[in-house]
Amino acid sequence: MKRFAALFATLDATTGTTAKVVALADYFRTAPEADRVWTIALLSGRRPKRAVSAPELRDWAAAAAGLPLWLFEESYAVAGDLAETIALVLPPATGDDSRSLSDHMAALAALTDRPAEVRRAAILAAWDGLGPDERFLFNKLLTGGFRMGVSQGLMTRALAQATGMEEADLAHRLMGDWSPATLTFADLVAPDPAGNSARPYPFALAAPLEDAPDMLGPPADWLAEWKWDGIRSQLICRPGSHALWSRGEELITDRFPEFAGLADFLPPGTVIDGEVLAWGAGRPLPFAALQRRIGRKSVPRKLLAEAPARLIAYDLLEADGTDLRAEPLERRRARLAAILCALPPGLLLDLSPDLAFTDWSDLATLRRTAREARAEGVMLKRRSSPYHLGRKRGDWWKWKLDPFTVDAVMLYAQAGHGRRANLYTDFTFAVRDGEALVPFAKAYSGLTDAEFAQITDWVRKHTLERFGPVRRVPPELVFELAFEGIQASPRHKSGLALRFPRMLRWRHDKPVTEIDTLDSLRALLNRET
Amino acid sequence: MLAAMTCAPVLCFTDRGLFCPEGDFHIDPWRPVDRALVTHGHSDHARPGHGAYLCTAAAAPVIRHRLGDIRLDTIAYGEKRGIGGVTVSFHPAGHVPGSAQIRVERAGEVWVVSGDYKIESDGLSEPFDPVVCHTFISECTFGLPVFRWRPQAEVMAGLARWWAANAARGVTSVLSAYSLGKAQRIMAGIAPATGPLILHPAVDAVTEILRTQGYALPPATRLAPGVTAKTHPGALILVPPGAEGTSWAGRFGPTETAFASGWMALRGIRRRRGEGTGFVLSDHADWPGLNAAIRATGATRVFVTHGYTAPFRRWLAEQGLDAGIVETGWQGETAEPEALVE
Repeated sequence: MKRFAALFATLDATTGTTAKVVALADYFRTAPEADRVWTIALLSGRRPKRAVSAPELRDWAAAAAGLPLWLFEESYAVAGDLAETIALVLPPATGDDSRSLSDHMAALAALTDRPAEVRRAAILAAWDGLGPDERFLFNKLLTGGFRMGVSQGLMTRALAQATGMEEADLAHRLMGDWSPATLTFADLVAPDPAGNSARPYPFALAAPLEDAPDMLGPPADWLAEWKWDGIRSQLICRPGSHALWSRGEELITDRFPEFAGLADFLPPGTVIDGEVLAWGAGRPLPFAALQRRIGRKSVPRKLLAEAPARLIAYDLLEADGTDLRAEPLERRRARLAAILCALPPGLLLDLSPDLAFTDWSDLATLRRTAREARAEGVMLKRRSSPYHLGRKRGDWWKWKLDPFTVDAVMLYAQAGHGRRANLYTDFTFAVRDGEALVPFAKAYSGLTDAEFAQITDWVRKHTLERFGPVRRVPPELVFELAFEGIQASPRHKSGLALRFPRMLRWRHDKPVTEIDTLDSLRALLNRET
Repeated sequence: MLAAMTCAPVLCFTDRGLFCPEGDFHIDPWRPVDRALVTHGHSDHARPGHGAYLCTAAAAPVIRHRLGDIRLDTIAYGEKRGIGGVTVSFHPAGHVPGSAQIRVERAGEVWVVSGDYKIESDGLSEPFDPVVCHTFISECTFGLPVFRWRPQAEVMAGLARWWAANAARGVTSVLSAYSLGKAQRIMAGIAPATGPLILHPAVDAVTEILRTQGYALPPATRLAPGVTAKTHPGALILVPPGAEGTSWAGRFGPTETAFASGWMALRGIRRRRGEGTGFVLSDHADWPGLNAAIRATGATRVFVTHGYTAPFRRWLAEQGLDAGIVETGWQGETAEPEALVE
């Protein structure tokens, strides 16, 4: 753990990417192999199974520090991080725990499902043997939310430096579902030929197009298609089996049993990049329908009938077991179309249609109709582009619709976490309904640090009531919120829920009397569905 | 909160600050008054515009330097002086050189105003001296259990390692620290020196005053136009917060910055500062220190001020003390705690 803590301290102390890569590469060359595997797993967002719950940790730490729970909570509100709060309030360690990162991970894995008393004793003993930084990291491992200020790309680059392997091969190798508890470092970085892997390829990502596309050059160089609003996925067909992966590298094959039939007809050695959508009457259903399918491990027949899924194919990454990612998009699309044409009718797989346009203003006109097509906007892909590793600017653009907007007033404020600890950044907003103010959305992004600091100062001076970490404030600050969609929601007081609400700007110029009304949001809801 | 407090027998809480009716004086008032007793020279305690000032002999030179031509009387630590119907005395608070707690006694009833204080001896300030009293008015800047300081020697060793590592790479070290107290404490504590010490003019002015008073401080160079990385390789430059990146920095080539403050205990605040290293070094008592100090007074009634007053008051009440809050008139909570003068 000491070695891992030293790596963390180095990474935490610098914002320079070069220095971070050097420190990581050094760690990947010299740390115990089992620790390397765990570090790679953690830095690529793989979480160990939780051995203890956050409330248990809080209770045990408060008791060990001799603090009442309310005081622990006050401290948590100020530190903004549970792992850090625990590390700080505990009395200094009396022992010296020399176990490595992987030792700790193994010990924690062995604790899952043990009686609370056993887990408590083990956690207290660990706390009492760790220095302040190690204790913080240990708690981070327990609570799961692990970030070290290192992107997966940066980690892959460091690993490539340490092993001499190609970055692209490593990126593919690290995809998918593998367990740091059972995989050795040698296996993890062993070459893995295309054509026999059930692992997804790293997804190519588009950058947002901020201006009009005129500067992209001749329209003929570009392929346009709808930006569908579903689950970006990769379908992998191997002889006798298939796998469906989400962009979040989650294996979702079992959640969409309707695609099992596809695998019977697609040639083995086919990998398709596409979008899973809920589908009805020849067009996508609103995202809310698909949402009912997400997070369900098994699908009841009723739901399968109400929200049937369909895969809309964008791209072909592998055909006949050959990796096509370096080929131009145009050629990949042509092969994809040929494969889909050869399929019998009635399968739940379609080609994402090309949007025909001759000049950019045609496309701008089409884009304005995206909402009617149940799309989020338009994708633009250079016809000559390879299937890039991750997000590379220049070849793939997403040209999203302008969001909906609403003017609303802040009712409650809550302090943020991590870098935003101590700053009021999470707000609850209301619109007018006659004389009343009805809360309808929460948002916590879109303002500058300086604005958050100014609002924090205001919140502290104008607090009317405190509910734990939440403060009620007078309804005076007006904000323009942006959001992507709206749906009915019986769980919310307002009867509706917004998708991706965020603050567009602080309307200093607008009095509360002029904010939007619940009726105007309801009108939008009726138009949407 | 202010309105909830009624006039107390020895000291009461007014919109100008703590007031002693029978002595007709205020303690650390934030608005102009006729007669002010001042605990120490930091600007949130020693304010301009009062008719007359009383502070310790050790605090007087810096206060004079900062406030100019004022009517200032001094008193020795421990010396008893009658003012109106009460007796006052000043006792070391350990916060910065010359800082004091103020004891006010009337007919056997003793109140103590802590001012700012810290428990651990820093080797430069007169060490904190607990004063037994009935009512204690305590600061609580760091009145939450997340604030636990490491021993000063350990922090200074970390600072010295950071400086030495920078110097070895040919990098100049720039450390922000308050110009009264923190800066001199670091000068005195960081020996043996890796290289030359350079002081920003604001730090140098206070340092010269303290040196003349007899506080043992190592030699240092004032930051002036001819002072550069060439003339002073491997230097440590002490600057007040906010003066890190100004015109002089270009003369020193590559630099590393660090900030020494109790607020650096919180990772969120460290990260918001962006670049630079944070050293957890405070001139205030930490959580164990506040609790130990309050216990040592034997006081049964405690008023808390400056800091996390609401939770700290509740904590003390749960410990069986009669606990209240004194709001400071001009400060309140600020958006960024690091902007607080420690």
